Amino acid sequence: MVGLLVVSHSAKAASGIVEIAAEMASDVPLVAAGGDPDGGIGTDADAIAAGLDGADDGEGVVVLVDLGSATMNAELAIELSDADAVLADAPVLEGTVNAAVHAAGSKATLDSTLAAAEEARGMSKL
Amino acid sequence: MSGEDTEALLDALDRIDARLHDEQAYLTDLDSRVGDADHGNNLARGISAVTEKRDDLAEMELDEAVKTVGTTLVSEVGGAAGPLYGGSIMSASQTLDGGLDAESALAFAEAYREKLTERGGARPGDKTMVDAVTPAVHTFQRAIEEDDLPPIDALAKAVDAARRGVAYTVPLRASKGRASYLGLRAVGHRDPGATSTLFILEELLATATDRAGEASVTDAYADDAVARDGASETPADANADGAEDA
Repeated sequence: MVGLLVVSHSAKAASGIVEIAAEMASDVPLVAAGGDPDGGIGTDADAIAAGLDGADDGEGVVVLVDLGSATMNAELAIELSDADAVLADAPVLEGTVNAAVHAAGSKATLDSTLAAAEEARGMSKL
Repeated sequence: MSGEDTEALLDALDRIDARLHDEQAYLTDLDSRVGDADHGNNLARGISAVTEKRDDLAEMELDEAVKTVGTTLVSEVGGAAGPLYGGSIMSASQTLDGGLDAESALAFAEAYREKLTERGGARPGDKTMVDAVTPAVHTFQRAIEEDDLPPIDALAKAVDAARRGVAYTVPLRASKGRASYLGLRAVGHRDPGATSTLFILEELLATATDRAGEASVTDAYADDAVARDGASETPADANADGAEDA
């Protein structure tokens, strides 16, 4: 199954988003990598690289990120990791939920899960 | 030769360590105006982690030591500065596998600039460290390749160019990084990343100048031809190691 990694500046935000998505897709490997190396607000390339390994069961990982340096650290972690991982250009919460629901389906691939995450960019709330 | 190159790197790291700790509060204050108020603290933590590895670094060839500096910064700095500084240093370290001379210093500087701009997606004028790095690297390149200057003079020109680049960031609005959320509120403040880049370049130049001075003292006892060789060799070494953070 395609895995999802949620990268946020806040450890609480990352695990909270995973919690929300897991409610709708409990079988999908969902991993949170939030906070800086000292547990403060920030992102940590090493923790993200470890999260990629945790979320990868062989079919690849879609990575969802929040602000600025989350993108850079995620790109760097993807370069460092052996996992087949792609970064989604998507809002972190909505993208994660959309991708998780999609990934739970039997025909999901890495590409289609990435597309599902990125579909969330166009979601309207009103 | 590699031993001497690594020694120059360690000298530079000691100076950068002292400088970044001296400027820690200033850099964090700059970042509090345009970002998330962590730049000085993050860099101070990162360079401390690097200098704690001093004994290990001393045993390494230059390229491996520089790569280790990069991976340590990635692990310890966090924020955007971790992947920007650390990731770019890691990637550019390959250019130093044959040791340090004017050519490899320039190759390092260019590889660093390329990786930095690719990673951050910033262009000159976006109010980022690219505004210090781009003019510094281009000036260094022109000074070496076109004007045929000794590497230490080329580095001095590059530092001047970086200084002008930092001043240039003051009136800009940011279009990358956390400062871009602030719109006009970022105008009137220099960019913290460009400023820390300048501080590091200044310490690299000081390292190169120091080591050139020591070399000429040593060479005063040799005959003229040897003294000239020595004087041109050592600045090149210190310089390229300077360019590693350029």
